[in-house]
Amino acid sequence: MWMLEIPPFVPFFIGALIALFTRGALRGAIMVATPILSGLHLWGMPEGVYLQFAFFDYELFPYRVDKLSLIFGYVFHIAALIAIVYSLHVRDTMQQVAAMLYAGSGLGAVFAGDLLTLFIFWECLAFTSVFLIWARRTENSYAAGLRYLITHVLSGVILLVGALFYVAEHDTLKFDYIGLDGIAGWLIFIAFGIKCAFPMAHNWLTDAYPEATVTGTVFLSAFTTKVAVYALARGYPGTELLIYIGAAMTCFPIFFAVIENDLRRVLAYSLINQVGFMVVGIGIGTALALNGAISHAFNDVIFKGLLFMSMGAVLHMTGRINGSDLGGLYKTMPKTTVLCIVGAASISAFPLFSGFVSKSMVMSAALENGHDWIWLMLLFASAGVFHHAGIKIPYFAFFAHDSGIRANDPPNNMVLAMTIAAGLCIAIGIYPSALYSLLPYDTGYNPYDATHVLAQTQLLFFSALAFVWLNLKGKYPPELRSTNLDFDWIYRRAVPNVLQKTFSIIWRVDGALRKCFLSMLDRCLGFIDQKNGGISNLLSRTYPAGSMVMWVAVILSAYLFLTFIR
Amino acid sequence: MENEKKHFFDHPKNVKRLLNCFYVICAILVVLDFVIHRHVVHSWENLWAFYPIYGFVGCVVLVLVATWMRTFLMRDEDYYDSKVGCTEGGSHEGKLDADENLSGELTQKNTPKIGGHDVDA
Repeated sequence: MWMLEIPPFVPFFIGALIALFTRGALRGAIMVATPILSGLHLWGMPEGVYLQFAFFDYELFPYRVDKLSLIFGYVFHIAALIAIVYSLHVRDTMQQVAAMLYAGSGLGAVFAGDLLTLFIFWECLAFTSVFLIWARRTENSYAAGLRYLITHVLSGVILLVGALFYVAEHDTLKFDYIGLDGIAGWLIFIAFGIKCAFPMAHNWLTDAYPEATVTGTVFLSAFTTKVAVYALARGYPGTELLIYIGAAMTCFPIFFAVIENDLRRVLAYSLINQVGFMVVGIGIGTALALNGAISHAFNDVIFKGLLFMSMGAVLHMTGRINGSDLGGLYKTMPKTTVLCIVGAASISAFPLFSGFVSKSMVMSAALENGHDWIWLMLLFASAGVFHHAGIKIPYFAFFAHDSGIRANDPPNNMVLAMTIAAGLCIAIGIYPSALYSLLPYDTGYNPYDATHVLAQTQLLFFSALAFVWLNLKGKYPPELRSTNLDFDWIYRRAVPNVLQKTFSIIWRVDGALRKCFLSMLDRCLGFIDQKNGGISNLLSRTYPAGSMVMWVAVILSAYLFLTFIR
Repeated sequence: MENEKKHFFDHPKNVKRLLNCFYVICAILVVLDFVIHRHVVHSWENLWAFYPIYGFVGCVVLVLVATWMRTFLMRDEDYYDSKVGCTEGGSHEGKLDADENLSGELTQKNTPKIGGHDVDA
């Protein structure tokens, strides 16, 4: 066979290099061709292929193909292709090259078979993606990008330290099940957790994603968190702690999403919510739960990408993204409206849309394994995600009050990218077997039984009823131009304030002490001067510097002389 | 704007029609509970109209709690743009918290600080 074992990050890095030296349509063609060719190559790649070489005393596996890495590899190719098509109109070398490198790094990470390779791509992800944020070229995006970079570099450093401990404990770098026993396990867990937007480490996501460029956010939403989900699924399946962390992740962001005005930030919060479902699935760790988590990651990449694309289209065409400024856009942006609704239906897990076939696996697994309260939390989160992502996003952008904005549908390439994503959402929803056949385990799960369909439809329709009722009663919180404090307040406000206060006190005390010391020294000198003047002129007489040098020379030569005597 | 053609939801009649349609579907879904036999795993699922009530109550609680959260979480839109409380020694602060101060310094030139509304006071 002609097949060479080329790790998929290689074509992307080469594509990025060529993109750097080409312009215009040629660059666009190369960027589109890269994920297609690389994807076809990956499609023919059988399981069990790996590259291996020795690095000092350790075996490294820069490329390992198994079912778990393959499914992430496939979806990353799809995501890269969609996002590249979506950004074909962009003429910004920095952004385009960074996007290619970023997609390549994501692929490198999911095919990394050892912790050192994983660490390298982990850091590559951070350093390439930050340019997608900075490419917005605003002051806010610059600051948010720096905060993003600091968080992710920190995560990488913790991963590296964890990997070193892991080598010490297990004498191998191979990346397989790690588990939470030992320092290495915890350190690596924390590193993954930061990238996975665990509660309290989640603000890099809600902070940076809405500040990135229109097209950059589409790339960002696909890779970073999903690499972390992959890493958790590889290293920590069945870790009970993950169930509780995941459940918290599904619930708390929906409260923030309801009151958030920036619609892309609403989507960022809902991204954390969706990742929460995956984390719960990984925590439960049964075949059904892991399948659910992985397939939900697969679907989430596509429908969250679609939602970010539709909101990006709104931002691109109107220059606005705050719910308070938008409304009534369905009149002039009908295509975007319909495509956004498809994304909204998918994320809400309506039957016949992609979210339904994957999320229901996690829910079923939670119920079957006796996690009743977790199941109730997930159910609440499902209703909540419909509320903020399924209804709020399309409603405030495209319907609600007429803002008077008359923007047209976005350029054709953007519409095409959204159409591909929407098509995939519906196709997977209608024919889930295609997706299920890619999953690591064969569970024979069928989402379309009357019980599931009816339960989910009832839940969603009555969530919508709650929205309608609250809206008619005027109880629904209006979209307000505001900043909502979140955990990032701690490091953006509280810590700087405390530090500033502390240091101002320290400097004041320091200043006072110095002053006090100087005045004491002054007085001391004055006192000695006085005394000296009183005794004689012996100590206060001035000598030329030359005489001092002479006496030093005399002493040194005396020393020299003495050494010879011995 | 006046000459613009009327769109679908510009007619209150259409909105009313859509809502009525929606109410009917909701009612049918509840009725279906009695018709379709469920395979329940959890005993709560046997409760009368468990999913519809849970969905409805859950969302109302969600919105009410979120609205309440606004009372202590909401700040001005440019809350983080304004520089952190500036006292003496501000120049030393920069080294410790470079990105924070940078954003503050950069934005302060363009966006004058608007007094924050002290909602938790």
